Amino acid sequence: MKKTVATFKVEYLQILNEKGEVDKRLMPTLSNDDLKKMYRFMVLSRVFNDKILKLQRQGRLGTLASIRGQEAAQVGSAFALQSQDMVFPSFREHAVFITRGISMSGMILAFAGDERGQKIPEGSNNFMYSVPVGTHLLHAVGYAWGMKIRKKNAVAIVYFGDGATSEGDFHEALNFAGVFQAPVIFLNQNNQWAISLPRSRQSHAETLAQKAIAYGFEGIKVDGNDVFAMYKATKDALDKARKGGGPTYIEAYTYRMDDHTTADSAIRYRDQKEVDVWAKKDPIDRLQRFITKKRIWSKKDEDKLLAECSDLVEKAVAEAEKISPPNPKDMFTYMYAEPTSILQDEMKDLE
Amino acid sequence: MATMTMVQALNAALRSEMERDKNVILLGEDVGKDGGVFRVTEGLYDEFGSERVIDTPLSESGIVGSSIGLALAGFKPVAEIQFMGFDYPAFDQLISHVARIRSRSRGRYSCPLVVRMPSGGGVKALEHHSESTEALYLQAPGLKVVMPATPSDAKGLLAAAIRDPDPVIFLEPKKLYRSIKEDVKEENYLTPIGKARIVLSGKDVSLVSWGTMVHVCLEAAEALKAQRIETEVIDMRTLSPLDFGTVAASVKKTGRIVIVHEGQRSCGVGAEIAAWLAERSMTDLAAPIVRVTGWDVIYPLAKLENYYLPDSKRVLKAVEKVMRF
Ligand SMILES: Cc1ncc(C[n+]2csc(CCOP(=O)(O)OP(=O)(O)O)c2C)c(N)n1
Ligand SMILES: [Mg+2]
Repeated sequence: MKKTVATFKVEYLQILNEKGEVDKRLMPTLSNDDLKKMYRFMVLSRVFNDKILKLQRQGRLGTLASIRGQEAAQVGSAFALQSQDMVFPSFREHAVFITRGISMSGMILAFAGDERGQKIPEGSNNFMYSVPVGTHLLHAVGYAWGMKIRKKNAVAIVYFGDGATSEGDFHEALNFAGVFQAPVIFLNQNNQWAISLPRSRQSHAETLAQKAIAYGFEGIKVDGNDVFAMYKATKDALDKARKGGGPTYIEAYTYRMDDHTTADSAIRYRDQKEVDVWAKKDPIDRLQRFITKKRIWSKKDEDKLLAECSDLVEKAVAEAEKISPPNPKDMFTYMYAEPTSILQDEMKDLE
Repeated sequence: MATMTMVQALNAALRSEMERDKNVILLGEDVGKDGGVFRVTEGLYDEFGSERVIDTPLSESGIVGSSIGLALAGFKPVAEIQFMGFDYPAFDQLISHVARIRSRSRGRYSCPLVVRMPSGGGVKALEHHSESTEALYLQAPGLKVVMPATPSDAKGLLAAAIRDPDPVIFLEPKKLYRSIKEDVKEENYLTPIGKARIVLSGKDVSLVSWGTMVHVCLEAAEALKAQRIETEVIDMRTLSPLDFGTVAASVKKTGRIVIVHEGQRSCGVGAEIAAWLAERSMTDLAAPIVRVTGWDVIYPLAKLENYYLPDSKRVLKAVEKVMRF
């Protein structure tokens, strides 16, 4: 005997197309005010991103990862969260952090090589950037699982790239999430590249979303440059998780418009034509077309917003740069709750 | 002779080993088209093709674990881990398998692979990009651990690592990748694994180090000249197995030793050298063994990294201490 014992499907969600038109049947409830807020977060993130890249070129910041092109994936998903939900970012989540209210000056301070900038304020449910690819998915799973045990109404969301799906920890995280039905969202920004490796080199699977299926939960592929689809997919996943429905995998199909980091040179391995095609799918242009057509956004609003954003960013830079250098003793101060005698001796040697 | 940076010397070693032996293959993240994030494998993809210079998925355990199988299939895999700080996913493969295969098969199988990785700090990098965790590998008998400090040694040691019948962890001090240039022999040559190099001869005090710190020691030695102190500078070059003979002979002559390394002090490689000397060279020592190392803290971000890394000032202070004793 031979028969089909399981079949699966993977859905693709797009609400706002490249022309700035929406699919009304799928459009989530968002007030005009919400639309303007989302747009503002996206623009602010881009202005911030442009500025830090400039500072990096001037030698005022260390190596940076650009978010250009991924603003909708980040803002759309983060906008759906509630403050009690916990964010576990990777290293390319500046727009998530901005949407979550993390201070831009703190981020700049960290990018300048000062650990104090990494400190998340008390009461803010966001974890620090994670650089070792793929490792932090498990943290989100554990946190979500803990929330479930404690019967808290909080969901964890973890951001990671297409490259991260190749790491062993990725698979262990999905497996735990499935087995323990943890209220966690795997927000996979598939920006098509992991440094010089195209998405096809990470996995032979047709979609990354379908990886969830092997672990017994739902995966959905979403137009990652469509802020409404990102918002809706995340909102649906959050609602499901809050009702005890367990994990969801969201593949945000997007594009890394810039080099991998400021230390990279994408021209060595990627065809400019591909970048040009994606430039036409720009997430910010798309939302701008929609709100303009809706007559809730004018040229005057745009100019005002750009001025406000660059003002905020300049202030953040000034604030970060006026902070005096860290005390070398800080290297020792935070190693343990109580300083060990070895560290106390070494601290003296430092003088 | 050609003037080369360490990156160029490593690239030359890979090229000539690949020309010499068709079983030598390179694999890792971004080693192909991109030529590696530090360009060590630059040009090799075009020259040898995608079957010998292989861009792998982003998976360190995958890279090292499958290299074991490739080695068993008769290849000589030279795996690249993009940064030493990202080797941990591969630790299970390295510790539980790579290091043990020869012994547990009683010699039937071996695992002659090379794992290259950039190590060390001093380049104002992001988190996890600056550590010197070489001591971790010294606790895995079965692995050899090598770290060059010059372009010439980089070329000769990498060729030797590739030809070695046992697994070699090949650490490349990234601070030295392009910061020094040197005349390097164009023909193939091997620099023996397991032999330290006396960089500078002297009779008053021995400075022992490896990687970037060799140059810090040389800087200190230059300053000590003015004080009429003759310094012997030793570059260990291989950290497993350590060449204790060379160190002991030097201490016999000088009676004083300062060990300098970037990695954290507690249970660092310096501790092993000090313990060995305490056991066997006690009577040769005229002063306590002193270490100048990274502190026992998390490697700091750019703004504090110079307070973490040993510099010649700290080395001079230590030398003063052993001279005064
Ligand atoms: C475990 C580990 N291996 C290697 C690296 C080096 N590295 C940093 S980012 C990156 C590519 C990540 O690609 P992806 O997951 O798609 O995220 P993206 O950079 O596209 O946002 C690599 C290989 C790392 N940080 N961690
Ligand atoms: Mg990617």
